[in-house]
Amino acid sequence: MILTREQVEHIAELARLALSDAEVALYQEQLSAILDHFAQLQELDTQAIPPTATVLPLRSVMREDEAGSTVTRDEILSNAPAAEDGCFTVPAVLD
Amino acid sequence: MSPYEWTILEASARLSAGDVSAVELAEATIARIEAVDARIKAYLHFDAEWALDQARAADRRRKAGESGALLGVPVAIKDVLCTRDMPTTCGSRILEGFRPPYDATVVDRMRKAGAVILGKTNTDEFAMGSSTENSAYFTTLNPWDLRRVPGGSSGGSAAAVAAGECLGALGSDTGGSVRQPAGLCGVVGLKPSYGRVSRYGLVAYASSLDQVGVLARDVQDAALLLGVIAGRDGQDSTSMNLPVPDYVAGLGEVDGLGGVRVGVPSEYFIEGMQPEVRDTVRAAVSVLADLGAEVREVSLPHTEYALPVYYLIAPAEASANLARYDGVRYGLRVEAAGGLGGMYTATRGTGFGAEVKRRIMLGTYALSAGYYDAYYLKAQQVRTLIKRDFDEAFESVDVLIAPTSPTTAFEIGEKVDDPLQMYLADVFTLSMNLAGNCGLSVPCGFDAADLPIGMQVMGPAFGEDKALRVAYAYERATDWHTRRPIL
Repeated sequence: MILTREQVEHIAELARLALSDAEVALYQEQLSAILDHFAQLQELDTQAIPPTATVLPLRSVMREDEAGSTVTRDEILSNAPAAEDGCFTVPAVLD
Repeated sequence: MSPYEWTILEASARLSAGDVSAVELAEATIARIEAVDARIKAYLHFDAEWALDQARAADRRRKAGESGALLGVPVAIKDVLCTRDMPTTCGSRILEGFRPPYDATVVDRMRKAGAVILGKTNTDEFAMGSSTENSAYFTTLNPWDLRRVPGGSSGGSAAAVAAGECLGALGSDTGGSVRQPAGLCGVVGLKPSYGRVSRYGLVAYASSLDQVGVLARDVQDAALLLGVIAGRDGQDSTSMNLPVPDYVAGLGEVDGLGGVRVGVPSEYFIEGMQPEVRDTVRAAVSVLADLGAEVREVSLPHTEYALPVYYLIAPAEASANLARYDGVRYGLRVEAAGGLGGMYTATRGTGFGAEVKRRIMLGTYALSAGYYDAYYLKAQQVRTLIKRDFDEAFESVDVLIAPTSPTTAFEIGEKVDDPLQMYLADVFTLSMNLAGNCGLSVPCGFDAADLPIGMQVMGPAFGEDKALRVAYAYERATDWHTRRPIL
């Protein structure tokens, strides 16, 4: 397989996903099969081809720096799993 | 005919004439939902009382002198679009119960036009899928055969339109998610050009590919809905500042297809596709020729690479877009050992389904140090080649015709264990999202099992009017779009 178990665990860590051992094994297999299929892209010579990040000609669309209406603090906190004193509360960061 | 079977334009005319009230129309549609949705399961959220309140408001607005083609018309909204008065789950447990504090721009425009929003329709989780089987809640069934999928990810919207559970619907299309379910459910599904419609309030999956799309029973209705939602939005800097034509009026301008150049890309008629699909779409092309179109074979040589390009770019963008689901500000939170970091991984590990996790990991890998050039950058370069194929083709033809899906609706469970097999369901729709042009799927026949077959009419970027005119001419010469599933 293209991906090792360690690689899958590393990717899961980068993506902040807690996976069970069974999931690691399953995704190792499935992702390897998928990536294997994608090897066909290497057939194409793209040396002189610019990448397309967006199909639109727009770049750095700006507006005037004018204050307008906004979402209220109450609205922003309305879906909070935990909130206190107008702030989101979270578990402590362990170092 | 019961009111829930009317097209939007028919309903609009009768509402205008005072033959029916918005409340009566809503009641008929609600009764239909109550009669069939236990079997179809198109809706994730449906509130009859709230729909009737909206209908009453629409009737009051009409009495006060307002008009407008959507005033009082009952529609459904895919659950990836933010609605402040209804939950927005994106088919995921990680957003179970989430109530956005704002409406998506397209929802706001529909409300301003007086549409009655019946509810939110089912979707593959975060719009990732081709069958609606990836919804964390349940699978929607195809009204034409309840053992089969409606397609995805806008399967709920497509099934709802096909089953008469709304007169029209909004969906989203990142790799085919409006067109493919429309094809499998025998309705019209349109994906606008990238930048034609605002993405503000469309929960982001792949930001350079996502577009809000419309689903309806016929081409005129699709044109109408597109006209309501299209146009520049200051809150979406990727929405283009280009005028929105009157798409409905534009349909009436053409009589026959004389002078219209139709291209048929050879790469879309391949081994491995269902023979009835291939033959039916070719027969539809003959109808276009009979209507006066000049038909020619063209080539989009990089079509076969669309699948790996899409399944590298979309997951890469998704891995960034879905990083926000971390249990801090909204949605599911799962506390675990390891403080804040433990909360992130446990929340996401629990809250996301398998396909979402697969795509996040695929994207993370493609963007990671050491692999970025070989995967993500390479995919972006091949994307340029795919876009160039379309640009060159549109220099010599006005529209392109292709099948929407390689097969008709497959059985529930048939492809869930093989992700790659599921991805292959989208081979005919992916390229359009990568190139950014527009197109719609229209019903063009049925297979021997009475399952709908869809045909894509593709136009150049911001050429929706061209694609709609060709689709409309085809529709007027046929009656596939008038058939309804027996429920």
